[in-house]
Parts: sequence; C-alpha cells; structure tokens
Amino acid sequence: MSQFFTQAILTATVASGIALATPFLLASLGETIGQRSGVINLGLDGIMLLSAFTSYYVALNTGNLGLAVLSGVGVGFLMGIATAFISVTLKAEQGISGIGVYLFGLGLSDLLFVKLVGTPLPIASLPAFRIPVLADIPILGPMLFQQTLLVYFAFLLVPVVTFILDRTTYGMKIKAAGENPAAADSLGVSVARIRWSAVLIGCSMAGLAGTSLLLYDGIFQQNLTQSEGFIAVALVYFGAWTAVGVMGGSLLYGLVAAVVLAWKALGIIPLSASDLAATAPAVLTVLALLWVGRRFRQPAVLGKPYERGE
Amino acid sequence: MATHVETGPAPAGTATAGPPPAVAASGVTKRFTGGVVANDRVTFESRRGEVHALLGENGAGKTTLCNILTGLYRPDEGDISIDGRAVHFRSPHDAHAAGIFMVHQHLSLVDSLTVAENVVLGWSRTGGVRYSPHRVEAEITEIAERYHVRVDPRARVWQLSLGERQRVDILKALYRDARILILDEPTTVLTPAEIEQLFSSVREMVAGDRTVVFISHKLPEVLEIADRVTILRKGRSVTTVERAGTDASQLARLMVGHDLAEGRVRRATAGSGSQAPLVGPRTGSFFPTGGVPTAGTSVAGIGDASGAVDSPAPAPMLRLDAVCADGDFGRQVLFDVTLGIRPGEILGIAGVAGNGQRELAEVIAGLRPHTKGSVRVGDEPLTSGDARGAIERGIAFVPEDRMGTGVSPSLSVTENLILKAYRSGAAHAGPVLLMSRADAEAVSLMERFDIRASGPHALVRQLSGGNVQKVVLARELSSEPRVVIAASPTRGLDVGATEYVRSVLVGAAERGAAIMLISEDLDEIVELSDRIAVLYEGRVAGIVDAGRCTYEELGLMMAGAA
Ligand SMILES: Nc1ncnc2c1ncn2[C@@H]1O[C@H](COP(=O)(O)OP(=O)(O)OP(=O)(O)O)[C@@H](O)[C@H]1O
Ligand SMILES: [Mg+2]
Repeated sequence: MSQFFTQAILTATVASGIALATPFLLASLGETIGQRSGVINLGLDGIMLLSAFTSYYVALNTGNLGLAVLSGVGVGFLMGIATAFISVTLKAEQGISGIGVYLFGLGLSDLLFVKLVGTPLPIASLPAFRIPVLADIPILGPMLFQQTLLVYFAFLLVPVVTFILDRTTYGMKIKAAGENPAAADSLGVSVARIRWSAVLIGCSMAGLAGTSLLLYDGIFQQNLTQSEGFIAVALVYFGAWTAVGVMGGSLLYGLVAAVVLAWKALGIIPLSASDLAATAPAVLTVLALLWVGRRFRQPAVLGKPYERGE
Repeated sequence: MATHVETGPAPAGTATAGPPPAVAASGVTKRFTGGVVANDRVTFESRRGEVHALLGENGAGKTTLCNILTGLYRPDEGDISIDGRAVHFRSPHDAHAAGIFMVHQHLSLVDSLTVAENVVLGWSRTGGVRYSPHRVEAEITEIAERYHVRVDPRARVWQLSLGERQRVDILKALYRDARILILDEPTTVLTPAEIEQLFSSVREMVAGDRTVVFISHKLPEVLEIADRVTILRKGRSVTTVERAGTDASQLARLMVGHDLAEGRVRRATAGSGSQAPLVGPRTGSFFPTGGVPTAGTSVAGIGDASGAVDSPAPAPMLRLDAVCADGDFGRQVLFDVTLGIRPGEILGIAGVAGNGQRELAEVIAGLRPHTKGSVRVGDEPLTSGDARGAIERGIAFVPEDRMGTGVSPSLSVTENLILKAYRSGAAHAGPVLLMSRADAEAVSLMERFDIRASGPHALVRQLSGGNVQKVVLARELSSEPRVVIAASPTRGLDVGATEYVRSVLVGAAERGAAIMLISEDLDEIVELSDRIAVLYEGRVAGIVDAGRCTYEELGLMMAGAA
C-alpha cells in the first residue's frame, strides 16, 4: 500500500518535472542556436512574458488553444525582428540591449494585462495526449507518454537541433559566424543574414516557451515567468552549447522544481521555508554551472557584433 | 638585364597577342579612411599557368590589392578582369564563383570545426543543405593526394599546426576548383621542409594551367618559384620583370627605390670562420657580395662564448634550471630545460616548430606556469606564471602570435604602445592617462621604429603585417629591458625592416641585455646568435657556439638524431 503510494508520487513527480522542464528546454534550445551564431539574447524572459500574455489573451477571447500557440510564436518572431535589428544590424552592445528588451516585455505584458484583462480567469489547459501503446507501459508510460503535445514537440526538437547544428551546411555557417565571422565572411557566408535567422529562430522558440509556461499554469499573472528566461540563458552555458546538454540542464531544473513542489504538498518542507525551497532549482543549477561551466569554451565571439575591416 | 614590361596607369597592357590574362587589374586605387592610399592606380596582370610573385615593402599594398582581386574590398577606381572579362565582385563569394581564391596572411579558419567542415563552409559541390561528412572527406582526400597537401579531414582545426592550417586554406581553394590562387606570405609560417612541399603543390597547380599569385618577402623563394615578378612600392605598381632576367639585388632596388646599404646585420662573433658551410641554397646571403658585418661589434669578452670557459664570465642575466612545463592540453611539453644567457649575449633557440619553443618563451614571460625548476633574472627568482613580475624584472617579450598576444588589434597605435609603459612611463598623472603626452611619445617611437601608419590614432588592425610587428617591438624594446625574448621577430617583415629589427636586437645586446632569439629561420639564428640551443621534443638537444657549428650538425640535432 505505502509502496504503491510512493510509486505513484514518484511517477507524478517525474511527469511534472518533465512538464516543468519544457519551457526551459524550448527557450534554451532556441538560445543555443542564437548563441552559436554569436548573439546572446538576455531579453529572453521579456519575450516569454509577452508571448505568454498574448497566448493568454487569445485563448481567453477565442477559446482556441491552437490559435493561442500560434500567436505566442508570432509575438516571439516579432520580438526576434526587434532583437536582431538591434543586435545584428545596429551592432548594439548585446548585454545592455537585452536588458532593455527584457524590461520592455516585462512592463508591456504587465500593462496590457492590467488594461485588457482586469480580473484574471483561468483558461482551458492543454490536454494530455496519451501515446498509444507506450502510455500503457507501467511506470514509464505515465511518466513519459501522457504529456501534452508541446512537451513531445520540445523534446523532439533536441535531435532536430543537434542535426541542424552538426549535419547541415546551415549549422556549419551558424557555428562559423559565432567562432570566426571574418573567416565565414571571406567564404561568402553572410554573417548578418545567418545571425538574423538564428535570432529569429531563437526568439520564436522563446515565444513558444512563454506560451508553454502559460498553458502549464493555465492562468496569466504579473511576471508569470519569474525571471526563468534568465535561467534558460544560463542553461545554455550549462549545456555547453549543445542541444543534448541543454536538455540535461532543463531536466535537472524541472525535476528539482517538481520535487520541491511535491515535498511542499506532502508537508516535508514546512510552509515557513517554502520560499527558500523555491529557490533550490536555481541555486542547484548555478552550482552545477560552476562545476561544468569552466570545462567548455563558449563561441569565440559570443556577444560581439561583426564588422568588416574595410 | 631584366626585361621590363612597362606598366602604368593606362588600361591593362595587353600589348602581347594571345589569350587574355587570367586575372588583371588596371588603374586600381584604394583609399582607406584616415587618408591612406593603399593602392594608387595599380596595374597588374597574370597569365594562366604561371606563378606570379608580388613583391614590396611592408605596407606597399600587396595584401590590399589581393583583397580587391578577391572581392573583400571594392576598389575606389579601376577595373578587374578575369580571362579578359570585366568583373565587379561584391563579396569573396562572387570571386570564388569566378574561380579566384585567396589564402590570407592571417589564416581564416574556424577553430572548432573540422578540416572537412571548414573546407565546405559556404560552398557545397552538390548545392544541398545536408552535410555528409563521408562524401566530403573522400573528396578532400582525393584532392589532397593529387596536390600533395595532406591533412586529416577529420581533425579539428585547433589541433593543427600553422603549416597544416595553411594546407586547409589551400584545400578550400582547390575544393572550389579555383583557377587563380593567391597566397599571401604563405611561407612565413612554414618550416623549410614544408616550404618545399608547398612549392611542389604550387608547381602541380600551375602545371594544371592554374595561376598562382605568390607574395613573399624572401627573395630567394621568389626567385625559386616565380615565373614573373611584379613590384609594388608605396601603393604603386613599379614594374613587372621576368624571373629569368633578374636577380636579388635588382629586385631589392626596385622594391625600395634606391640602393640598400650592403650587408646584413650580423654579430661579429657569430658565424665567422664558418661562412661557407652556413650559406645554404635557400638562404643565400641576400646580397651576393654581402656578409660584411656592419653592426654587432662584440662586447669584449662577453659575447665571445669560446672564451667564456677560462675568463671569469659574468653571471648569467637569465637562468633556467631544470624547468618543466605543461602545454595547452595538460601534456608536459618542457623537460628539464637548463639554460643561461649572459648580459650582452644572444642565445638562439633553434628547432622545428612545435618542439616547445612557444611554451619556453611563455614560461619566461610569466604567461605560462612552470611545474618544476626555476627561472631567475639576475639573482631574483621569477614566480611561476607571474607576467607582471616578469615585466617588473625587465623581461620584454615579442610573441610569435602578434595579432593575438602581441597587440590589441582594435586599439590605436598609441594605446598599444603604452599598454605596458603605463605603469612606469611619464604618460600619466596618477591614474589618469595624459593622452597628448602619450601621443607625443607614440609619435617619437613611430619615428624611431619606422612604424608606417596614418598617425598615432590609427587602429592597429588597419596596419600592414610588418608594421604590426614594429609596434610590438617598439613597445617591448623601448623600455630598455634586461632580458628580451623574441619569437620569430622578423617573420613577415620586408628586407629593410628585417635588417632594422636585427640591428635593434643586436643593439639591445650591446647595451647589455640578454637576448633569447627563437626562430625557425636557421640563417637568422646563425647570423645573430653567439650560442645556439636546439630544442627537440621539449628538451635541450644541445648547445653549440654559433661560430663553430655547421648546418648539418644543427639539422641533426633538430631532427633528434644527435
Ligand atoms: N583596413 C584598413 N584600414 C586602414 N588602412 C589600411 C587597412 N588595410 C591596410 N591599410 C593600410 O594600407 C597600406 C597597405 O597595406 P597592405 O596590408 O596592403 O600592405 P602589404 O604590402 O600587404 O604589407 P605587409 O608586407 O606588411 O603585409 C598600409 O599603410 C596599411 O596601413
Ligand atoms: Mg600583407
């Protein structure tokens, strides 16, 4: 009996850990692509917030979750245009402009929320999709194969991004733009075009990440992301700029968060310490980052605009 | 006498009937911001199936011209044509599509990618998006075999030596089936054996009717490989001569515009008595009549290593005792290196690149920790890996990789010159830099070291390769160091600048500094050093008097056979 109980809890915790990891995975996969091309996007969190709000507003007014997802990605794409324009075309200092984009997203999503919504109502949440056969495997089935489509999609992107980076000419150009843009340029690779495209992909995925966070929570609130977009940036370092590494980092974060939630629900963590416990995933991630972070080299020109020597 | 093909600002001299030149530039002018006219109505043409050398002093505009020919820069005036058709390249990609490719002076490879990935970057033979390593690797291996440019297609570029990297760049050109290859100072990073290999590749290429434009400051090389030579001077094309009708002294005269003072800088003590065996085929003393010592009268009893045993020799200024150190990847690269250099002495470090020379220099400069042993300047031991301590004890370092370690390319000449002096110099009041005084100091150094730039505010990355090196030398040697570590200090410098640098080093020795001269150029080592230490696989294979050794002896030690 008690064994069944712990097993059920364990399954539920892992399942929710995976769901919790999904927004991070989406955001940091996109950020990996951007950073590989040499552009660091600290505005990620702001983009996630704007997308989350947009999806919420669309879902609230149309009840159509598909449309909500599309609009979230669309807003991410639009923010990507702004980010690429600032970072690539105007060659702005990426640390500063990123903070600017973040503050813009934070403020605007808040303002729109207050002006347009007023009293928050929950929206329908994304239904879990049972993958036939697999979902019926004991233990593993409920952990892995009864998730929402967004979760499957996010994890499916891991091999896709790996393939793009390592096995396509486009991926090679991305890496060249981030490592030695002058070399890429001399070979006729347009560094600006490559970086634009990488930033657009990254920001669209950040938008989807915001939407997936919203759909997990089912309701929007001020500063919904609680700066998790910054964690997503850190996870890229943790993951050593690889899709698989980023997935590992996201899962670590998601699972620790799920355990904290479960322990809180079970009363293992006293209420008084719950705020402190909520920081555990972030603290653990940063510690892990310190441990792995120094062993890998970041893209050589990360954060540096490219200018021809003419 | 030489057959001069008169060229001028007029459109390409197609006086000779026959096929149009493979590549031609006529009346090309390029001005840079800051008022430098790097190319001034340059006319140049090269035929199919020929090796055409471009010759000129540092800053003459060779690299600029080639950058224009390959679409990296656009000319302000003038026309470019390929096979007689006018072309207007908007990017290097356009140039590649037209069959012209340049291997740059500062190689442009992506370190984290593999050789194969670097080769196909921006170019796919099939035009597809998918990258299939096996197919590309096979293609590369085939080209590599055919042109003797062997390199493992699966290696990552950061693992390769400079010579191998250059082969990757050449492979890029051949993979794109370039009809015209421009090699900008390819031999500066190569060992003698690698140079032979490069030349055999080049011959293979021109035999296949390709055109090779070859830039070098070493006249014997030019005379060995080129069919014709075009000379640039101060941005203008002076003339084009046939190799068969010219010689080194004529080329030098054309380059400089007047006769050079004869003779190479060498130490009086060095190489004397063994002149004959020391002049190898490539080396050639630059002037046939040369070999007259003009500088470097030895400081009595000090530079003379042979007398050191019996006369009470001064204590070494720099002393290394059983120094061990690890390389970049944690592998030990220096094993019990023991050396001493007395004040006024030049110790040459010979060896094939990659036998620990760079690490040795870095250990002494405090840029790399030593794991065992001790380094002393005078009586003071150096703390392992303490660059600032090394500077304070009077160690000057002229690094091999000047763009990376030597200078900050995006800072101005002034800023680079005071990078080190800011602690002691007069160019500051407390923590505040006095820019006008720094500029004045920079201007006087620019004059003293003959640094050609538009002014003290020119950015170092805009200088020609040779002038960058002069900036490093000016900064390091103007502080009257007690020890100078010079790694390939004349690499990439033109004849005049090379002589100048040599005289600066000899002068520093005469003022009592201990000089360590690291070079792959044996002639240079032999001509300047008092004693020569050979490094082989991180160990001192032997130390000999420069005046008493032969090339055979040194060669055997360098190959680990002695
Ligand atoms: N990007 C640039 N911006 C400004 N000035 C430049 C730039 N590139 C070159 N120059 C200037 O143009 C002149 C010619 O330079 P170039 O690099 O063509 O000389 P070079 O003949 O190749 O010399 P070296 O033998 O030293 O390599 C130099 O005075 C240099 O300072
Ligand atoms: Mg040059």
